[in-house]
Amino acid sequence: MTRLTISDLTIRAKQATLVDRASTQLNSGELVVLLGPNGAGKTSLIRGALGLIKPASGASELEGRAVSSLSPTERAQQISYLPQIRPLAWPNRVSDVVALGRFSHGATIGRLSDEDQAAVDSALSACDLAHLKDRSADTLSGGELARMHCARAFAANAPLLVADEPIAALDPRHQFRILDLIKSYVDQGGGALLVLHDIELAARYASRLIWMKDGHIVADGPVEDTLSAERLAEVYGVSATVSDTRITMEGAL
Amino acid sequence: MIGAPLWRKRKHRVSAPQSKPELATAPSLLERGLVPFLLIGCVIALFLSCLLGSTPLPPERVFAAFFGGADVGDRLVVWSIRLPRALAAFLVGAALGLSGAALQGLLRNPLAEPGVLGVSASASLAATFSIYYGLVALSPWALPLAAIIGALGATALLALAAIRTQSVITLILIGVGLSSFAGALMSLMMNLAPNPFSLADMINWMLGSVANRSFNDIGFAAPFLIAGVAILLLTRRGLSALTLGEEAASGVGLNLRNQRIFTVLGAGLATGASVALAGAIGFVGIVAPHVIRPFTRHDPARSLIPSALFAGLLLMLADIMVRILPSQSELKLGVVAALLGAPAFVWIAMQRRAAHD
Repeated sequence: MTRLTISDLTIRAKQATLVDRASTQLNSGELVVLLGPNGAGKTSLIRGALGLIKPASGASELEGRAVSSLSPTERAQQISYLPQIRPLAWPNRVSDVVALGRFSHGATIGRLSDEDQAAVDSALSACDLAHLKDRSADTLSGGELARMHCARAFAANAPLLVADEPIAALDPRHQFRILDLIKSYVDQGGGALLVLHDIELAARYASRLIWMKDGHIVADGPVEDTLSAERLAEVYGVSATVSDTRITMEGAL
Repeated sequence: MIGAPLWRKRKHRVSAPQSKPELATAPSLLERGLVPFLLIGCVIALFLSCLLGSTPLPPERVFAAFFGGADVGDRLVVWSIRLPRALAAFLVGAALGLSGAALQGLLRNPLAEPGVLGVSASASLAATFSIYYGLVALSPWALPLAAIIGALGATALLALAAIRTQSVITLILIGVGLSSFAGALMSLMMNLAPNPFSLADMINWMLGSVANRSFNDIGFAAPFLIAGVAILLLTRRGLSALTLGEEAASGVGLNLRNQRIFTVLGAGLATGASVALAGAIGFVGIVAPHVIRPFTRHDPARSLIPSALFAGLLLMLADIMVRILPSQSELKLGVVAALLGAPAFVWIAMQRRAAHD
């Protein structure tokens, strides 16, 4: 059981307060989705929680140790972090990119230990990439690229996963496939925190939703407790009808 | 066709993926043999450098001179003129190739290079400065130290800029500005040169040459060169992670700040040492890694050593060319390198797709 605890985290950039006294946690075995409109502070919250930006106040702790006191390697062994997908700098092979997920375990690309190789191979086959492993990553489609980055995150074998918009710009089928992959990671005991923009998919997959607006966490709880037409209006400024976990969007308010 | 059965074999594995860990795809013969192949090439080029020149020596006389035989004249030519010169060309090339490959990995751009980023120009400005003010007369360390300080100053400035801006293009533009400014100051010093001798000295550093280098000269650059090379090689693993971009690289556990500091420091030291030895020689640091990268699966870390060897080989060959070309006054190595390298730079730049920022 691994737990990431965020308490009263405040992040400021120049004058603006990006995240204001946010508190939540992420545990093994749950799939948490962080929701909120553009500029709500979702990415800042994640980056602050991972110690990638220095918070103005508050703390983020992993198993009782401040994340900021962990070395990048120690942190990466515990939390796999998948930022928004950026193009690779070089046309690397898929298997080499996935092997970078083992970086925190000391892997050197091209000379993997048996353990690293086994982790890479099982991540490749879990993400259905085994047949593409020798392909150059710049020849992959968007869906295959997203799967490659997922495989990279899984190869780390970290107990927690934090992913920022892992299904952005994917077609519906690939969105399901990626979320299914993350779901099975959670079913096997992992804990995942995802930023998503698709509220219906979030409601379908999440065990808990965190709603953010203007740097505040406005709600944090199981889908059935926190998903409502009022909340959608409050957080996203859209009118919608919600029945059970089915959402019909009607337009901007 | 070899391709078809391999492909089918791979497809088969998909059906039973969990059975056992797959073996890593064995590196091809070319990938495996790259470094030995380049090493052999370098030894041959080194030997050729001792054979060829204004008065060609037959191989048996060079061999004899190597092993202490032969007459005094031959030994002098080989040990005091040709071998140090060839070695200097190799070391300068290797330092620039290594720095280029490392900076390209750090900045994730194939156009990054000590020359383009203004590091070489700043180092040779500082070297020229030490000549202009006669500091060279004070100590034989003055010139290498000045070159190192110039190189480190420029790399530190670039590193600071790299922290402030995410855009690699901005960084390269800063380098271009730095390079032009150093060039302008150098022209100013030449304009004000007190006598034709210091003018000739300055032109040497500006154009870049390894003519008349001795083992002593190499010795004074060596400590910095060794330090720079060691730093770059020891920290090269992080360059692989940077393939993913900075955010994802820190995500997989890279200490971004340290990686930046070490790569910049190592490249500064190695480039400074190369300028101390030969003046400003551009473009080898771009061309060599560009040729090598496909053979190392585009992994920046793995491209470092082959790029260094290949760049050393290229400069040795260019220097042989400089020596055997029938011309009134010997061409400068830096001029030949730029004549060959600058078109290659333009070509590489034109191959870039707009997708990369």
